[in-house]
Formats: sequence, structure tokens, C-alpha cells
Amino acid sequence: MLSLRKSVWFGFHKVNHSDYPKKQGLYDPHYEHDACGMGFVVDVGGRKSHAIIEQAMQVLLNLEHRGATGSEKNTGDGAGILFQLPHRFLVRECARQKIKLPQPGEYAVGMVFLPTAEESGRQCKRQFAKIIREEGQSLFGWRRVPTDNSMLGASAKASQPVIEQVFIRRGQDVSDELDFERKLCIIRKRITKAAKRGIHERGTFYVSSLSCRTIVYKGMLIANQLSAFYPDLRDGDVESALALVHSRFSTNTFPSWARAHPYRYIAHNGEINTLRGNINWMRARESKFRSKFFGSELHKILPVIDSDTSDSGMFDNVLEVLTLTGRSLPHAMMMMIPEPWTADQSMSAEKKAFYEYHSCLMEPWDGPAAIAFTDGIRIGAMLDRNGLRPARYYVTKAGLVILASEVGVLDVPPEEILCKGRVQPGRMFLVDTESGRVVDDDELKRAVATQYPYAEWLRNNQLSLEEFPSPPDTPVQNSSTLLEQQHAFGYTSEELKLLITPMGAHGEEPVGSMGTDTPLAVLSERPQLLYNYFKQLFAQVTNPPVDAIREDLVMSTDTTIGPEANMLEPAPECARQIRLPSPILTNEQLNKLRHLGDAGQGAAGVKFKSITLPMLYEVNGGERSLEAALTELCRQSAAAIAGGYGVIILSDRGVDKDKAAIPALLAVSSIHHYLIREGTRTQVGFVVESGEPREVHHFALLLGYGAAAINPYLVFDILRDLTAQRHLGVDIDHTISNYLKAINKGIVKVISKMGISTIQSYCGAQVFEAVGLREDLVDRYFTWTPSRIGGVGLEVIAEESRLRHKQAFPEGSEPEQSLIEGGQYQWRRKGELHQFNPESIHKLQHACRTNNYETFKEFSALINDQSRQLHTLRGLMELTPLAGPIPIAEVERASEIVKRFKTGAMSYGSISREAHEALAIAMNRIGARSNTGEGGEDSERYTAEANGDSRNSSIKQVASGRFGVTSNYLVNANELQIKIAQGAKPGEGGQLPGHKVSAAIAKVRHSTPGVGLISPPPHHDIYSIEDLAQLIYDLKNANDRARISVKLVAEVGVGTVAAGVAKAHADVVLISGYDGGTGASPLSSIKHAGAPWELGLAETHQTLVLNNLRSRITIETDGQLKTGRDVVIAALLGAEEFGFATAPLVSLGCIMMRVCHLNTCPVGVATQDPELRARFSGDPSHVINFMNFVAQEVRELMAELGFRTINEMIGHTECLTMRLGIEQWKARGLDFSNIVHRPAMPDTVGRYCQIKQENEVEKSLDHTVLLERCKPALEHGKQITATFPIRNADRAVGTMLGSHITRAHGADGLPPDTIQLTFKGSAGQSFGAFVPRGLTLTLEGDANDYVGKGLSGGRILVYPPKDSTFQAHENVIIGNVAFYGATGGEAYISGIAGERFCVRNSGVLAVVEGVGDHGCEYMTGGCVVVLGPTGRNFAAGMSGGFAYVLDEKGDFIIRCNRAMVEVTGIDDASEIELVKNMIFRHAEYTGSRRATEILVSWDEMTSRFLRVLPNDYKRVLEGEKGSANFALPVVEMRVKSADVSG
Amino acid sequence: MGKPTGFMEHPRSVPMVRPAVERVTDWREFHGHSDDTELQNQGARCMDCGVPFCHTGNVLGGAASGCPINNLIPEWNDLVYRGRWREAFDRLRKTNDFPEFTGRVCPAPCEGSCVLGVNDNPVTIKRIEQAIIDRAFDAGWVMPQPPSGRTGKRVAIVGSGPAGLTAAAQLNQSGHCVTVFERADRIGGLLMYGIPNMKLEKSVVQRRTDLLAAEGIEFVVNTSVGRDYSVDRLMGEFDAIVLCGGAARPRDLLLDGRSLSGIHFAMDFLHLNTKSLLDSNQRDGRFLSAKDKDVIVIGSGDTGTDCVGTALRQGCRSLVQFEILSKPPETRAPDNPWPQWPKVYRLDYGQEEAAALFGRDPRTYSIMTKSFVGDKDGRLKSVRTVGIMWSKDENGQFQPVEIDGTEREWRTQMVLLALGFEGPETEGLLTQIGVALDDRGNVATDEDKMTSVSKVFAAGDMARGQSLVVWAIADGRHAARGADKFLRGGRT
Repeated sequence: MLSLRKSVWFGFHKVNHSDYPKKQGLYDPHYEHDACGMGFVVDVGGRKSHAIIEQAMQVLLNLEHRGATGSEKNTGDGAGILFQLPHRFLVRECARQKIKLPQPGEYAVGMVFLPTAEESGRQCKRQFAKIIREEGQSLFGWRRVPTDNSMLGASAKASQPVIEQVFIRRGQDVSDELDFERKLCIIRKRITKAAKRGIHERGTFYVSSLSCRTIVYKGMLIANQLSAFYPDLRDGDVESALALVHSRFSTNTFPSWARAHPYRYIAHNGEINTLRGNINWMRARESKFRSKFFGSELHKILPVIDSDTSDSGMFDNVLEVLTLTGRSLPHAMMMMIPEPWTADQSMSAEKKAFYEYHSCLMEPWDGPAAIAFTDGIRIGAMLDRNGLRPARYYVTKAGLVILASEVGVLDVPPEEILCKGRVQPGRMFLVDTESGRVVDDDELKRAVATQYPYAEWLRNNQLSLEEFPSPPDTPVQNSSTLLEQQHAFGYTSEELKLLITPMGAHGEEPVGSMGTDTPLAVLSERPQLLYNYFKQLFAQVTNPPVDAIREDLVMSTDTTIGPEANMLEPAPECARQIRLPSPILTNEQLNKLRHLGDAGQGAAGVKFKSITLPMLYEVNGGERSLEAALTELCRQSAAAIAGGYGVIILSDRGVDKDKAAIPALLAVSSIHHYLIREGTRTQVGFVVESGEPREVHHFALLLGYGAAAINPYLVFDILRDLTAQRHLGVDIDHTISNYLKAINKGIVKVISKMGISTIQSYCGAQVFEAVGLREDLVDRYFTWTPSRIGGVGLEVIAEESRLRHKQAFPEGSEPEQSLIEGGQYQWRRKGELHQFNPESIHKLQHACRTNNYETFKEFSALINDQSRQLHTLRGLMELTPLAGPIPIAEVERASEIVKRFKTGAMSYGSISREAHEALAIAMNRIGARSNTGEGGEDSERYTAEANGDSRNSSIKQVASGRFGVTSNYLVNANELQIKIAQGAKPGEGGQLPGHKVSAAIAKVRHSTPGVGLISPPPHHDIYSIEDLAQLIYDLKNANDRARISVKLVAEVGVGTVAAGVAKAHADVVLISGYDGGTGASPLSSIKHAGAPWELGLAETHQTLVLNNLRSRITIETDGQLKTGRDVVIAALLGAEEFGFATAPLVSLGCIMMRVCHLNTCPVGVATQDPELRARFSGDPSHVINFMNFVAQEVRELMAELGFRTINEMIGHTECLTMRLGIEQWKARGLDFSNIVHRPAMPDTVGRYCQIKQENEVEKSLDHTVLLERCKPALEHGKQITATFPIRNADRAVGTMLGSHITRAHGADGLPPDTIQLTFKGSAGQSFGAFVPRGLTLTLEGDANDYVGKGLSGGRILVYPPKDSTFQAHENVIIGNVAFYGATGGEAYISGIAGERFCVRNSGVLAVVEGVGDHGCEYMTGGCVVVLGPTGRNFAAGMSGGFAYVLDEKGDFIIRCNRAMVEVTGIDDASEIELVKNMIFRHAEYTGSRRATEILVSWDEMTSRFLRVLPNDYKRVLEGEKGSANFALPVVEMRVKSADVSG
Repeated sequence: MGKPTGFMEHPRSVPMVRPAVERVTDWREFHGHSDDTELQNQGARCMDCGVPFCHTGNVLGGAASGCPINNLIPEWNDLVYRGRWREAFDRLRKTNDFPEFTGRVCPAPCEGSCVLGVNDNPVTIKRIEQAIIDRAFDAGWVMPQPPSGRTGKRVAIVGSGPAGLTAAAQLNQSGHCVTVFERADRIGGLLMYGIPNMKLEKSVVQRRTDLLAAEGIEFVVNTSVGRDYSVDRLMGEFDAIVLCGGAARPRDLLLDGRSLSGIHFAMDFLHLNTKSLLDSNQRDGRFLSAKDKDVIVIGSGDTGTDCVGTALRQGCRSLVQFEILSKPPETRAPDNPWPQWPKVYRLDYGQEEAAALFGRDPRTYSIMTKSFVGDKDGRLKSVRTVGIMWSKDENGQFQPVEIDGTEREWRTQMVLLALGFEGPETEGLLTQIGVALDDRGNVATDEDKMTSVSKVFAAGDMARGQSLVVWAIADGRHAARGADKFLRGGRT
């Protein structure tokens, strides 16, 4: 079965639909991501017309900016349309070929991509005909679809298939349309499989659609090419009542006609994060499949999932099978993307039961998604539980529904609009053309949920562990062997002290700082646990991580265990499983499972038993014995399944002198994959009973490779021991529950980093990358896990186990009385190696302080020379000159080289002002760049010092918290860096605790001293690649002189993400290593998330070269760079700029205390304590010396290699070889050929940045119209008033104009209302972003996402068109994430806003008439008045500011997240006055009817307002005033004569 | 961990409870004791560094930076802070065989490289170490731990100083049968007779020797191998031999008048004093007495200080101490940065006592002895000196240059030469075994501490040259590992 991997996973580049470059080097086509815009148009009454097609095409055109082009402007990533079979048109066309089509429903049409080679094409068609016949249908014939490729780009043209339509007549014995669809599915699956075997020439065979109801026209096109390419689409006879369109943004540029959307049932904007697990589980379930609809033919549609397609295609595959086997489309959608049901108190009981029941059938397909779906009769859309993609709709009075990723995609006169809405997170929106109506989520789901008595089925079948009686004999610890056990499993005193004790005492995973500088597991001399060879993957750019703390309503740790039944047919016994509240089991819980089915013990209703299999092997037998034990375990598991056991407990209890534990991860994964191959995996659940797992990463891995639950008995024993010695300060029950809490929280955090919300779907999802495991090992035991540089095999794993085992059972002597030290987190002489150790720190500091290059060389020798002790991958590389050396005088000067150097992003807040400014001054002096980090910058620093020094950081970071990101901040940068992820904790946010928020820090962050600040894990305006493109566009508008950089962290697949970044027009992409420093991060993230930069950088360079995008973007890298050799290797692997953070800090005095998070840095570097800051002894000259030393060492190496300039050197991996004769027992298995691979591309393909990214900003409304119009205001402060039309393609309107105001007039801008611009229509994304004081933007119409993002003092007014008739306050008027990170200004929105209104607002005063989920999330200041309903999770993470909510229905309280806020009425007169004034202004500015109504009955309305006030903020405000009287925001009143109160 | 803010809350505090004027009246230890709270506070000052320099044992600028035996200092500091003394003791003994010695006599390179010392006073590591081990003894935690089995191999240790005792302890723990030969009448070498009682109470040494004996080590005193016990016999009877004879050859000052009576090597002076003290509480008079003499100590290292302290206790009339080097700075010089051993001015116990009695630090710096002057009876009468300055010669080496007009004559009846040691005594044992010497005259050893003669190992000052007790312990462990590997057939 090993061949499975090759044929299934990487198969699609060999033969088939695409011309992707084959897997080579570190590039792997599998990691391609895409996202997009999608939409549909439907006539609710089902009236067919060509207008629907035309309108859908118009929608597609207006979504064009959400798609992308690659290095060729006229080659798009894909566009397509799905609609009903155009019967009239087809009849006409077929008639020409003498085919007479029968009535609709009696025939089907397939849209087929055929190979261009004629013989292959003929062969495919012959096959097709044969299969159609065999399946009892008949072939009418083929129609060549006319195409016009004249406008296509070269690569699209080159890969264009022959496109034909096949016509099939329904067979006699096919009863109805659905049955026909089943037959067609069988035919399609069979022909696809046959073609895969049959076509040997390069070429495409693909069936876009084959249906009696719908047809798909798609291709590798730009939106505006679709109708030109397919003349059919312009034919007036092509009619449909519905049409679904999609425009694709792929992260690379390789041609793929087949991967354009729509698929047969869906168009998808999003991606599936749990895909690997979903595929495996689906495959594993197939052996249990039975369907009355398919009967004996079922095998023909298996495997369900076509491994050659994308994640969306796979989703489509499963959806298809679920519907063809009898479920409705909405039902199948609800199964695959369930709402979060576990914690939702407002969900109806039957709906909860529906979801709970279906969770026994399949795990969620988890990830961001806006999916539009149709079966040709019903068309709908659904969002994932987080609502991570937008979907807005209009319903017109004429019965048309337009739904799309944006509003304004189709012009509809305002008076014709019946209502405007948005699809909400987890919700569905459906139009049924048969019944001719729009079905809302509630009705739809109620109907589905009540189809069967799910609650009853659950009640009678499902069991909860709590209900089981306790067996009497829960094992207790044997303290005499405790030490022995700890030795055997490799515990260190450091782990006890730094990991286990804090978790037991406080229930929190411990935090550390300053990254990691220990060797990878494969390089370490010390025996490593197998877990350490795996790195966690995480979400970046193409999907967002989830905030598992503030948005815990979407998270779930619930899981079930037990054999699964046939998922295709609903039946009570499918629920026959045991529900576990958490995957970590106490000894007692495990014991209950162990006694399942025992006489007298088994709970009633359990129909399966459990069996315990020993996870032990004869340690002295080494590899052979380990392998035999694994084989035996697999055999025993299969036998257990055959024997009717539903739960297998894998146990390593019983380690003794001869028997060691099989590494639990190895045991679990190998059985998991063995049973998947056997097709019996879902008939059994695994529980691991092991002494090995202790930290979060271990548990995450065990779950990720298929364990359902884990009992870490040895940790419990250790906790018991520590408690007995009173080291934890809590009793044993609390200790264990604290530990479980910490681990559960940690696991949830790990899964949320990948954007996964439920442990159930994480189970088996394998979202890990192996670093240092050999291919044969991975193929056999960790199938489908990426492992790219070879490494150790089973023999080393066995040896590592033996070494640990020997600690416990040393030959001829007693084991050590105390544990070994460890030294992973804190350096120890006899512990793990660290690059920064006493010697190297001393040498570096001494060199930099005395400006002594000789001493620096001693330092760099300690780092570079790894011939004795291995530290890094690059340490194993050898520099080999291609030609002879050159004189060093000919090499580029050091003063030029240092300009490529940067200091890392470290915020003022994480490090002291002294250290922060020393870095800035140093880098400015030498023409290099320092980085603000996340946290703003004091504007005083923008002015140069008298001596010429500048404290202004050249690079200004834009991170998820957007602290201090004002217009003024942005215009004062040379480079703007979007931090997607950070090496030490990719996928995580951060927190600055209140005690670190000093007055000075609060000032630059625009927050309140003493109030804690939260940086969310995702940027709430980047949930996808097209969102990133939008932010880049926004920032270019906010400062058109700055380079835009995107910071990513190395992980497998980062290359394709970087390609997407390049296509999103960023100027720089930064690839950070996993090992970089941090101010504070969970220890498991520091060690286990992300990959070394050598891998990420090389993959990025290779992928960009293959895409011909490399020449458009600068690559920067960082992560423990310390020496000139590091820089040279980075350049050879493809980098042209280089970041340093830890080393410059050390040069300034940092002594790697790793206590940055405690604020106790004793050398004044990473602390805000004034007393400690006084100890800072660094000087800019120290940093300058360091940079010069590195540059000098670079020059020396360049001279040896024969390179005169850095540019010459970039990407020359031929100069890198892996050192020969590496004898280290683990590292000798490594193979760097993938890292040093050079893609064979023509010389015309640039290998470093030579071409400036296209500046689309020049086409913006601001650049073309507004700037000129507003010149008098900019130059002379004259008042300007003007009106313009606006459409959704006009994005970031006002932003560039705002930046000019700031440039000319500074942070304070102009007097309010100096420029007043009114726009009519639908505004594109980021309307009014970063607009400063003096600019008032009025929008009459509606707006898309990100309105007023980063608003910096300006004023934004939005109201519906005057001639619209709908009720503004009942309709959605602006999109998601409005006023994100805004620091000041005012906003009045007459209508409902989408999700995350005013997220991380720190100063805006806003009035709105209703908001979606997560309103005022992370808010730190400002004031928000909501005059209508709010969504769920209002005020999550809100630490400052005020919100006032009109709670007419009295149910606000259940939708408010009160973890950090209090909700009260308002009785203070001045507060009442404030709210009234704001509403008054709202009425005045927007003419809001709602506001007027409220003001009219103000006295009775006041009691219905609730105040939301963060606890911290209240405490600080009260402290300030010494009373409960708060400093309320001041609203200047400018009462017009109109009397609104009467 | 530890207490994150401990170093900001508590100043360094080293108790010296007994005033100098009082303690010079007896020979009891001068070390003071702190109460538990104070010790915990001092432990809390430890910052639990990410990179704790204190236990590195690197040699920087010619001196140890951090503990040469890599004591797990942050760990036991933290445990002391938490009051977990027993575990602190377990961590301490993991690396250190004799904390009761180092806790008293070590100059504490750990403190010199303590990270807190970057800009503050370092943690009182040495006092905490002493407190842990003293408490362990008081509580009865230090028990003989004979090995569970014996290998049947016999090992001889020649010399019972700190290196010899360490090697003996370690090899015994490994199950070998260990015999220690000592030429003096008491076990302990330098610990017994080189370091005076007020610095290291001899009962403390005896207590450890007794423990080792109880663990099965055989001690043979009054036996000089090569003289009283033949090398042939030694080589014949033992499977491995570890030479730990120290660097017993003192550096002399061969100037005019050196043969006058009243000029003594420091080690002779100290040895006889302690022996007489132990034998008869000095009633036997068999020691070199400084009573009522004007004493000059030449050399200001630890041994010089011990001479000062001893002479004071004997009742000298006056005391001066010559140091050829210039006076060290009060704070680190630029070329002596942290974490190097700080070459700064210090007031050790002897000087503190002299200052208390005579009003000033006895040390005179930048001074060179030119000659000894005697009376007609051949008794020392005075010493002539000249002031010097240090300047670089053409090779960049610092050389002393005499300063005209600074000649001076000092009245004295007793001169103690504390100029350090030149290396091991080579006649006798070493010559007879035939081990090779290195270019500095020490016994040459390989990475396992084996000498040029198979199965013969060497450790401590004999192989390293004069050094610290803590290096002797480090070397003793190192040689024991080497010998154990050899005995188990790990090398041939």
C-alpha cells in the first residue's frame, strides 16, 4: 500500500488536468491555495432568461479585483459559471448536428476537457461511449464547444484543452431525474478513473459537469475573458433561472483549467484546513457504505474523493455522494459544515440533536468558507461557523436575488430593492425556484432537523462517560518505581519545574521568551522524543487562525469514541458511541472505558467492548524488535476489530528492565494508517494510555495522528508526588484538573492556530510537518506527512528509546537519584546545546563594545563551526566556490551591504524605550532599517535630533492589533510591514498585560494606561489571499512612497503563500524562521510551531522562480541570523535582505535571561520598569559594530566564492553542498538536495528583485480625481464640497487623499469638515480607511467590508439612497470589520453593519443601527452606540471604551461575552446626555428615521439602553477620578435649527 | 521561577557575624551564619537566568568564569528560596562531592560571573552552598552510601587532597576498591594542612574523611609512595592508579640573604601551625611562631592571606604584605569585563583583620623585594625593596621597571614566602613511575586524564598546576570517569 502515497497524493501532476510543474525541490503543487470572489443571481420564481446569465457575468466582472493574474497580465487564475441546462439553445445547436434532443430531464450534457493530442482525445471519447453503454444509457453524440482564445495569455493558451459537450440519453430503467444523476455520477467517475489510467501523453481530461440539470462553463480565465472565450454564453438562447459565478485567486500562477470553479454543485471561497483528516476518514468509512439508491453499484462511485482535485473539489465530491444517496443539499451542507452547537444556549433542542447525531457520522470540514451551492433547482449559500468570508445579498421587488462576496456587483436602482442582507456565520440562505421563495435559515434547518427523531436516537444509543459506574480498581501510583519511570520516559528536572509544575499549580501553559536556539531533534546529540521531530502547521494568509479564547463559542473539545456505522443512511445505531467531553482522560475515566461491556460494569446499551494492547517492545532487540512489535500491534488491532472490540487501549504500562515503551506516536500513527489501508479504521477508536506525553505538543500530535483520547498516567503520578511534597500549593484534585485545563486549553490553541475549531475534525488531520524523518519511515508510519530533508529511520528511534531506557535501568548500577537537567529552555552546561551560551554571548558583547573584529571572529567561529557540534541545518552546509576567489577589494563595500540589514520587529512595550531607540538610531546612521514592531511609535521620533540622528523606525509594522496605526504613523514609514505571523508563535496573537501599559506606551498605542491590550491571532481584515491584496492596496494608498512587506513564517507550503503575496503586489516578502525571538509565547509554540528558515526561504525562492514572480518581489529572511556566514547562506538560498533581532539585542547588553514576559530584565533591555531601564548600558555604536562585522564577514566569504555583489550571489545554490562525511548518528541521514535544488528555468526568468510591482494605486479614484479636486484644501485649507458616483471596484476611497492631508498638516490634519465629499452608489472595500481629521466622507448607498479601517480623525457618514423604500435599520448597509483599529474620528451608519463592527476601535465615536457577531471585539477605546440588534459574542476581549446598546427585545445579555465587561443600565445624567447627543447627531447627519423615532420617545427609550463597560477600564477610570464618574467622551454639539425632538 | 523580582527587593548580604578583633583571638571558623529568612531572600535574588553563566566553568582571560564543576546553582538557589532544602541538597551533591569545602574556601568564580553582577552585586552563591551542606549534615541527610556491589578492581589514589578524595569517592561509588595513600599523618592534603582552621575547620575535613571510610575507602597515612611503599608494589597491586600529589614545589625568592633564618615558605608555616593546633592545641610549641615579630608576607594570594590570618592569631607585632602587581581597580577594568573573573580590589578576611588591628590594609602594591638583610647571627633583620611600575616591553609584555628613589628597608624578623607553586615534586614517585611531563612541568594527561603510563591517571594540581580546590574536584571527577572507563574495558 505504500504506492498509495505516490499515486493518490502526488498523482495529479503526472497525468491529468493540469500542467503544474512537477514536485521538485521544496516546491510541491499540493500546497496551492486559492480564494476568490463568488456570487449568484437567481430568479426566485424560476423564470428562465438570458438576462440572468448576463447579470451573473456582470457580477463576475465586478468581482474581478478579487481574482488575480500572475506574471502574465492576461492569464487569470480561473473563472467560471454554472447554470441550468439551456434547453432551447442545446436543442438548436444539436439540431445542427442532427441530434434531436428529447424533453428536459430526459437527457444530460457533459462539459468535457479533452487532451489536445487527437489520438488521446479520440481514445477518451471511445472510452466514454463504452462506459455510457455499459451503464445502460445511450450516447447522442458530441458537440465541439466554440471557443475564442485570442485574448488569452500564453500559458493559459498553451494549456488549453479541447472542450466538447457530450449528450447522453436517459436509459429506459432510470426512474427519475435524481436516479439519472446517480447514473451520470457513476459514468463520470468511471470515465475519470479510466482516463487516468489510459492517457499517457501530457494533457488534460476532465469532466467539468455531467448532469441533466446543470452545466458549467469555466477555464483558466480572467473574469472578463469568460464570455469572450465561450461565445455560447453570449447567445440569447442560453437561458437559465439561476447562475453561479466564481473568480479565482490562486497563490501560484500555474495553469489549471480544471481547478477553476464552479465545481458540479458548489463554488467555494475558502479552504478546508482539516482536509487530510477528512480525506482519510472518508476513505476509512467507505467499507461500511451501503445505499439503497446505488445498491450493488455503490463501489463504482468509490473512492468518493477524487484525489486529483482541490479541497473545494473534494468537498464537492462528498457533497455529491451525500445528496445522491438521499440527503437534501441543505442537509448535506449542515453535516459537512455544522454550526457550533456544543456551547450555543440559544439553539433549539432538535437542531442540537441533529448536529450531535451527525457528529457521530462525520467530523466537520473545518475552515473558512463561503459556499454557494445548487442542484439546478435550489440555490443557496452558507458560511462557516466563524463567518470568515463575506456574502451579501439583495432581494429585489421583481423577485431577483443577487448574492455575492461584495455588494454593488450589479446595479439595481434603489427603489427596486426589497431588502439587503448578509449571510451570517454558520447560517444558510436558500432560494427554492420550485416553490418560488426565499427560505430563511431557521425554517430551512428546522425542516432538516426534524426529519428524523435524532434526539430519541441519541438518547437510546449514545452514552456519556459520566453515566458509567466507576469500576472499583482504578490503579494507583507505585511510588517505588516513579523515578525509574521518569527516567525511562526521559523526563528532566527542567520539564518538572518549567512545564508540569506550572500547569498543575495554575492551570496555564507556561510562557517563555527569546525564541529557541537549540538544535533540531535530528541534530541533537541527546535522545529526543519522537514528538520533537514534528512541527505544527499554522494558518497564514490563506485562512486565519481563530482566537480560541475570545471566540471560544466556535470551539469544541467534544469528541466521540466507538465504532462508526454506515453514514449514508440515517439510522439510530449510527449514534451508538460514547461521548467524551475532552480527549484527555483521567485514570478513572480510562478505567471506565477499560471495563466496557464487562459483566456488571458495562453501562446498559454499550454494544461494544474495549481491549488493551501492550505498547511495549524488547528494548535490546533494537530496530528489528521495534518493527516487529509494531507489526504485531497492527495485527492485534485488526484481530480486535474482527473480535468485535470497538475501543482499543494502547498501553505502555509495564516498562521494566527488558521492555521499553514503543513511542506512543509511532504506535498510534502506524496502526491508524494500517487500518485506513485495511478499510476498517472507523470500526474502532483508539485510546492511548502512556507515560510519555506531558506537554501540549505531545497531545496535539497523538490526536492529529488518530488517537481519540489519551491518558497520561505518569504525569498524573508526578503531579501526585509533587502535591504530596506540597510543591504546588493546591490539593491533588485541583492539581490534576489544573493540568487537564492547561492541556485542553493548549490543544485548543494549537488547533486554532490552524484555523480549526473542533477537536473532532483535528483528530487524524495530520497538520504537521516532519523535520528530520526519513522518507521510508514517514511513508510507512506517518503516511502523507511532508518530510523534506530525510533524516532518521526506525533504527535511530529505537536507539533513542534505548538510551532513555538505560537511564532507568543502567547496566550494573543504580539509576541516578535525581533527573537529568534538560536544558531545553534554560542553558545548562550538561544540557542541550544553545547557540547563545555564556561563551558566545560574552564574545559578541565584548567584540561589539570594543569594536574588535578579531573577537567577533571568535564569536562567529563559535556559531559557524559546527564540525563538532551541530546546531542548525546551515551548519551542515559547505560553501563551494564555482570559480576562483577574487580580491576582497573588488567586493561590494560593507557600507552598501549593511543597507540590506534590518533589525527585527520588536515593539516598544516588549523592549524598553532605550533599547528601541538605540536600534533605530544605529540603523538610521548606517542607512539600514529598524522596525517599530507592533505598538505604534511616538510621533516625536519622526523629527530628527539636533545631531542628525533619527529615532524614527524606517519600517513600521502593521500587525493584528493595529495599535497606533494612524495615518501619521503610516506616512512616516519607508516600509510598511504586514505581520502575518511571528516565528516564535505563528498563528497566535499576543497580550500586553495591564501592568506593562505605562502612560508612555498607552500614548503610542492610543490606549489607556493600566488597561491590558490584546492582539488577536488573525488580522480581522485578512481572512484570505484576496483580503491581503486589499490590505496591501490600502497601505499603498495610505503611503504611496513606502514599500509594502509581508512577514510570513516558514512552514511547508509557505512558498505558494509567498507566490500569492507576490501576486497581491507586495514589494517584499519576509520568511521568518520558527526559532526567532519573542517577548512572550507559550513554550510549546516557541519550540514546535513553524520550520527553519532554510526550508522556508528555499521553498519560497524556488516557487517564485518557477512562477516567474521572483523578479517582482524582494525576499527577506530572519530567524537567529548571527554571522556573515548565515547571511551568505541565506543569499545563496534566495534572500536579498536580512533581519537580525536577538544578536543586536545581545550586542546592546541582553544576556538571554528569557524573562522578557516578566518585565524583570535586569539589563534594561526588555522591561518597562524605570529602575531596571536605568541599568541599560547599550549604545547605538554597539549595534553598528555588529552590523559592520557581519558585513565584513560577508565580504570575506563573497571574495572566497568569487561574487562581487550580493545580487550576483542570490539563489546560487550550486555553491552550497551538504558537508561530506557527517558522522553524527542522526544527522547522517539528512539529504539537502531539495533545499539546494535549482528549478530549471530559462535565463530570462529573474532570480532577484528587478521589476517594480505594478502600482494599481495610480488608477484609484483618489489619484485620478479626488486629489486634484481637493488641492485647494490641501494647500490652502480651503473648504471643498463635492459629490461623485462610486462603485464596488472603487476601493480605499479617501485613503490617499487622507495621506496627503497628513503629510501636509501632520497628525492633527485639517479643521473638521474642511473637505466634504459625498459618494453615491456602492463603495468598494476599505471606504475611508485611515482618513484623518478634516475629511468627511458621506456615502449614500452601501459599502463593503472594512469601512473606516484605521480611521484617524475623519468622519464617515453612510445612509441609504434617498429614494429607497426599505427600512434602513432592518437592512445591511456596510460590510464586516468596519472601523478596525480606528484611533479617532466619528462614524454614523444608518443601517446594519456586518460582523466585527468597531473591532479593536480605540477612539472612534460611532452610531449604527445594528451589528453582526463579535461587535466591539478587542475594543480599547472610543464609544459605540448601537440602535438595534447585535449578533453573538458582543464585546469579546473588549478592554476599553464604552458601548451603549438599545436592547428592545431584552435578550442582549445572552449575546454579550461578559468575560471582560459588565453590562448595566445607564442612569447617570451626563451619560444619558452623551448617548442622546450622539443619536441626535446621527439623526442630523444621516436623516435616520430610526434615530428620530428614538429621540421622539427618548424618555422611555433611555431605560432600554444598556451600557457595556470593560472591568479593567472601569477600574482605571474610577482610579483616576476617585469616584464612579467617568471621563466621558466629549461630543461637540452643533445643533441645527431643525427640531428633531418634536 | 525563583522570585522574579527578588533581586530588586533584597540587597546582597553576606553575614560576618564575628567581628575581626574578636575572631583573631581564636582559631575557630570565621564564617557567619544567616537565618533561614535571610538565606531565602538571598536565594530569591537569583534570577533563574536563561543562560546562567554561574555554572559554566569556562576559562576566560586566564581565570575561571563560572563554576568549574558546573554546580546546578540556579536550581538549588530556587529550591532554597522555596525552603526545599532537602532537594537543594540532592541537586548540590549531584555535581559536587564536597560542598562543605568549596562552600568555605572557594573564591567563588560563580559569583564573579553571576549575571546579576553585570550591574549589581552578585548572588551569595557560596554562602547558600555552605548553608545547604551544613544543614544537610545537621539534619543527618549526609549518610555513608556504600556502593551496592563491588567490581573487584583495585584503585590506588596517591595524595588525599581535594582531587584525590574526589577521585576516591567517585571510584568507590562505581564499585571499585579504593586505597588512598597520604604521606602526612592526617588525610586531607591541602584541606588539612594547607588551609588554616579558621577558614576550614578541620573537624569538617575529618567528618568527610570518616564518611568516605565508612563507604569503604581505605586510607593509608604516613606513607610516601615511592619511598615508604614501592612503585613496583603499587603497580603490581592495583588495577589503576590516580596520582593526586598536588603542586607541592613552592616558588622561591633566591635573593641575597635568602639563607637567613626567619625566612619560611608559607606552606611550612601553615602546615606546622595546624598540626600543632590539632595535636596539642599548640601547647607542643612545634610550629613557626610569629608572636611579637614584625612579619612580612610576600605575595597576596589566598595563601598569603592565610599567612596573614595565622600570623595575626599567633600575635605578631606588625604585619605587612608585599604585592609586586599594582593595586587592582575598585571596579572592573575595561579589559576585564563581566563575566570574566573580576580582577578588582578585595578585602579578604586576613586583610580585614589586619586592618582592624593595625589600622590599615597590610598590602603594599607595586613593590619588589631586592634583598634580605641579616644580623651577625644570621638572623633576618630587614628586607630591602624598591617600588616598581609596569610597562610594556618591545614584545608587548608587561615588565616591572624600578623607580629610582623608592628604595626602602623594612624591619622584620619573619618573612613568609607565599609566591605560589612551581609544579609537582618530580623526584621520587613521578620519576620512578616514569610519567611524562608537559612543557610546564606538570604531569601530562590525555582526554581521560591518563598519563603516558597505562593505567596511571593524574588529577588536580599535579596535572593542572596550582589552582583552586574546585578545579581539583572537577579534575578528580574527570580522572575517576577516565579510570572507571579504563577499568570497565572502555579503553585499552
